[in-house]
This record gives sequence, C-alpha cells and structure tokens, in this order.
Amino acid sequence: MADAPSGRSLVVDAVTHRYPSGALAVENINLDIKGGEIIALLGPSGCGKTTLLRIIAGFIAQTQGRIIIGDDIVDALPPNKRAVGIVFQNYALFPHLSISENVAYGLAARGIDNVTRQREAQRLLELVQLPTMAERLPRQLSGGQQQRVALARALAIKPSILLLDEPFAALDKNLRLDMQIEVKRLQRVSGITTLIVTHDQEEALSMADRVAVLSHGKLEQFGSPSDVYDRPQTLFVNTFVGSTNRMPGVVVSADRTAAKVRLDAGAEIIARPAGGTLSEGGRVTVCIRPEHLQFVGDETGFAGVIGMSLPLGATVVHEVTTADGSGVKVSQARIGETRALENGAAVRLAPLAPSLANAFPATL
Amino acid sequence: MGAAPASRDVTSYGMGLAAPLALFFLVFFVAPLLQLFWLSLHNDTAGLQWGLGQYLHFLTDPFSLGVLGSTLLLGAEVTAVCLVLGFPIAWLYQRVGPRLQTIIILIVLLPLLTSVVVRTFAWIVILGRQGIINATLQWLGVIDTPLKLLYTQFGVVIALAQVQMPLMTLPLITALGRIDPNLDDASCSLGAGSWRTFFRIVLPLSLPGVIAGCTLTYAAAITAFITQSLVGGGQMLFMPMYLYQQASTLQNWPFAAAISIIFLLAVLAVVSVFTTLGRMSRGYGGA
Ligand SMILES: Nc1ncnc2c1ncn2[C@@H]1O[C@H](COP(=O)(O)OP(=O)(O)O)[C@@H](O)[C@H]1O
Ligand SMILES: [Mg+2]
Repeated sequence: MADAPSGRSLVVDAVTHRYPSGALAVENINLDIKGGEIIALLGPSGCGKTTLLRIIAGFIAQTQGRIIIGDDIVDALPPNKRAVGIVFQNYALFPHLSISENVAYGLAARGIDNVTRQREAQRLLELVQLPTMAERLPRQLSGGQQQRVALARALAIKPSILLLDEPFAALDKNLRLDMQIEVKRLQRVSGITTLIVTHDQEEALSMADRVAVLSHGKLEQFGSPSDVYDRPQTLFVNTFVGSTNRMPGVVVSADRTAAKVRLDAGAEIIARPAGGTLSEGGRVTVCIRPEHLQFVGDETGFAGVIGMSLPLGATVVHEVTTADGSGVKVSQARIGETRALENGAAVRLAPLAPSLANAFPATL
Repeated sequence: MGAAPASRDVTSYGMGLAAPLALFFLVFFVAPLLQLFWLSLHNDTAGLQWGLGQYLHFLTDPFSLGVLGSTLLLGAEVTAVCLVLGFPIAWLYQRVGPRLQTIIILIVLLPLLTSVVVRTFAWIVILGRQGIINATLQWLGVIDTPLKLLYTQFGVVIALAQVQMPLMTLPLITALGRIDPNLDDASCSLGAGSWRTFFRIVLPLSLPGVIAGCTLTYAAAITAFITQSLVGGGQMLFMPMYLYQQASTLQNWPFAAAISIIFLLAVLAVVSVFTTLGRMSRGYGGA
C-alpha cells in the first residue's frame, strides 16, 4: 500500500464516561499513542474497553475529557467525519450487499466513481487474500473470511486510526493465530495506528507494541508487553496478565529499590517494591510467577510439600503446599532428565532473582 | 430474514397436523366460495340460465369498473399513508428506552383494542361539519365556513389509516428489530451520513417487513366495510358496499357473486405482486 497514509497519533486525554443509567464505565483514562503504533486494550469483560473504543470512534460522547487524532480535537465530529475504521466483533458485514459492495461501501459514501471503487475493492480483497470472493454474499463465507472482508472494508477508507473490538474472540484457536498474524502483517504494511480490544492477555502481549491494561474503568498500566509482564505496577496487572502465585507477608525493611519481606510461608526473601514505596511492618502481597520459582538444595527459601505434578510438554508444573497451608505453583523447564519429584516429597523453594518477586501493599 | 431457524426444516413435519384447519377451511371457505362461483355463472337472478353474462356486465359497465378502481386506489392510498406514518414510529421504537417502547406499543395497538364501530363514530365526530377539526379551525379564525372532511376520500383514507396502522407498524417493528445495530454504526464509521445509511442499509433490510405490512394493510383497507360506509357516506361507493347493495337490497345474487369473484381476483393479483416482491427481497438479511 504505497499510497497509505502514515498513521496519525491518538491521544485520549483524561476521558471519563458515565452512562445515563449512572454506570461509570471509564474513569480518567489517559493514553498517548504514536502514529503507526499497535496498541492492545486489555481487561476483563465489563471493564470499559468497548465504551472507550466507541468514544474514540465517536458513537458515544464522553462525559469528560478529549480525543485528539493527529493535531485535531475530534470531539465535535460525528463518526462519519472521523476517518476511524472499525472492525466489529460480529464483523457487521452488510448482509444484502456482495463482498465487493461491502468493501466499496465507504468509497461510495465518499462519492468515488464506480470504476475506481471496483478496482480498489479488488485490490483490497487481494490484500486480505480473498480475490475470488467478490461476488458472494457475506453469509456464503466462513467466519475467518468474513473477518478478512470486515478488515478490507475498514481499510478501504484509508482510516487514520483502525479500531478492532475483540476481533478474534469468535474464531477457533488455529484460525485465531492465522488472523492475528494477518492483522499484524496488514498493520505493518499500512502503518495505520491500530487499537485492538481484547480480554485475551496472550493476544495482547503477542500483537501489541504497547498494552493498556484496564480494570473497572481505570487504566492500571500502559507499557510495553515486557513492562506489563515483568514489571507490573499493580497487583491487578500482575495477576491478570500471566499467572502468578500470591504470597502474603510482612515488610521487614524496605527502601525504594528493594524490600525484605517475611513470608507467612516461613522465609525472608528480597522482593521488588512494585506499587510504590512500602512501609516497615506493613502487610504485603508478594507475586511470583510459577516459572520464576526454583527448587533449592540449601536452607534458603521456604519449605513445602509436593502435591501434584503435571507434565505440560515443555514444562512440568508442580503444586506445592507451603507451611501456612497455601498452595504454590512451580513451573520447571524440562531440560534433559528432570529430578524425579514424588508426591509428598519435602522441598525448598526460592525466587530466581529478587527482581522477579513483586511486592504490593496488601489491600484491606 | 424470514429463513426458518436451522433447528428443523418446517417442511419436514407431517402434513397431518394441518388437517383440522384444512377441514375447517374446506367446509367454511372453499365450499361457499365454490357455491359463489357456481352462482356467478348464471345470467338471471333466479339462477336457471347458465352463462358469463354477469362478468360481461361488470367488465363493460363503466360504473362498476369505477367502483373497483376507486376501491383499489383507496387501498393504495391507505397503504401509502400507513407506510409513511408507520415507518418513523417503528424506527423510533428501536431507538428508545424500554419504558417508551411500552408506551409506543400501547399507542400502536390502541386502535385494535377499541370496537370498529366506536372508532368510526369517533372519526365522524372529529371530521363532521360541526366536528372537532372544523370547530377548532373556525375558532382560530383560519376558515370561515366549515371544510367538507366527512364523506370525502380524504376522510375515508385518514380513518382507515388509523384503523389499519397496527397492521403496518407491527411487522415493521419486527423487521427493524432484526437488523443488527452494529450495521448502523459500521455504515456511519465508513463515512455514510444518516440518509445514505437509511436508504442503503436500513430500508433494504426492512423490506420483508415493509412488504408484509403493505399486504396486510392493503387487504384490510379495501375490505373494511363499516369504516368505508360510515365515513364515506352515501356519495362514496366501494366494492364491499356495492356488493352488499346488489345482494341484500336488489337481491341480484348472481351479479353480487360475480362482483365477489372479480374483487377476490383483483385483491389476489395485488397481494401476489406484494409477495413476489417479498420473495425477491428474501435474498436480503438473515446472515
Ligand atoms: N449502553 C450502556 N448503558 C449503561 N451501561 C453500560 C452500557 N454499555 C456498557 N455499560 C456498562 O459499562 C461498563 C463497561 O462496559 P463495556 O465498555 O461494554 O465493557 P467491555 O467492553 O470491557 O466488556 C459495564 O459495567 C457495562 O455494564
Ligand atoms: Mg466489549
């Protein structure tokens, strides 16, 4: 797409939205998205992702805040003047129009002549690898094919921003992976600033340049996939993105970069104060991912008893019960012959590195 | 739209289930209809002389053809008024909250909940020389002498449109309700304004409802004996009254029978045009 516009920047500036029913759907969201970036909006169902998307597209007028695309504040523009392309979760293809008419729909609305429209529709259908489907009706296509058409239709208007609302949720697993790769390829080719809404953390981490994690209408963290995964700023992000063990404890001593925590499970470990500074004597929750725990031979770390071991191909996951009775998962890479760990065996566990244990002030 | 749910094809059920209704129709509809047809094939009132005289009479008599024409025209006018007024109501219904929806449905159904006779007399009160409209306009000084509203084509069309409105609005509400609201948004995000979205997306996808509504309204309007006669008065003659006069007053049963058959065929022709349009629009929707 040589003639594609380079993506424009998108700024979500202190946007709050309250529905007439009184529900506070999004609260003071700030996002600063560079042109050409691919961003994932990640959060559990009901956290306000769709609402934010519809605000950016112009279907909902936010209660407070501004939306800025490129250099323009677009709050006063209706959706048909914003040049924002959307792919809906259910594709929303026009059922009575052929595939090529669907793709050309936005061009017709712009008053572009029929010949150019046809040519452009064909070019886009080739781009999404459906060149032979032009004359069919949407219902004659499979889910994945309909999705490609929806994508082609949104790209046809050369939008400055592309929004995708849970685009892959309805596809089965293999097809989903194909489409994720496809969307990423198209995004790279076209350079369009893209916002993907998803509740699937793997999808967010694999596709996006940066991930915005939402919970209950609030922005929890906005950073690169590795920031979000390795340096979560809140307990919510740590538990929602990837899996983690939550271990309660008390702060023994702390400065800005490291905290010594006595775990209820019975050991003192060094952890990273992730959610701001910690006060001595305060209760904390330490999060350690299963793959960041290791078995140790000496007297460091905390003690536990092996419950169950699940061999999951490349890794083995062990359930360990600690001294305070809580369960901890440990994932061990299967390199060569792993040490046989029997049910009921006594073991000691420690984090791989202090930076891989995140301590958050305990709420409640 | 209109496609049967995937669970089970309706055509695969045994036809035996339709037997009671079929029997009912046979005895109370097909048999009288055949009798009517048999009667219409007689040239004399006594029913002794076979022939096509009654049909020839109707089809060569300008007065009779005029009555048929004005009846079919009346149906078209009522249908058009109902469509033009009913579509916005149905459209509005899909875009308001549940409480307003209840109110709209109530208003739409109201004509069905009152007796035809009462409704028709209400229109006489409204449209009469000393009626509500004339009294108000005179009081406002807009007119000096009362307008003739009652016993006019206009009066009949308006009264019938009100009576038949639910037959148009309900199918439209159903059809519009089946359109995925995301289609509206998709169209809008692709740069289409409200009018383009309406004519390219909403209207084509609601066609099955439009056609169902038009068929019902049309058939009901041209056969609405009471409203036609009371609001139309003596000066306006439509097929149902014409038929009634021939049968009851003049006792010319064969001619009345021929009128019935011709009227029936005319209505069937119009309805089949509607259903053909409906079948053509089946290709739309239901994805
Ligand atoms: N039209 C609406 N009217 C009132 N509340 C709504 C409406 N749409 C969504 N909500 C509420 O706003 C919150 C966020 O919804 P939504 O943006 O759809 O979340 P998500 O897309 O992340 O699942 C939810 O609590 C939901 O109940
Ligand atoms: Mg959603």
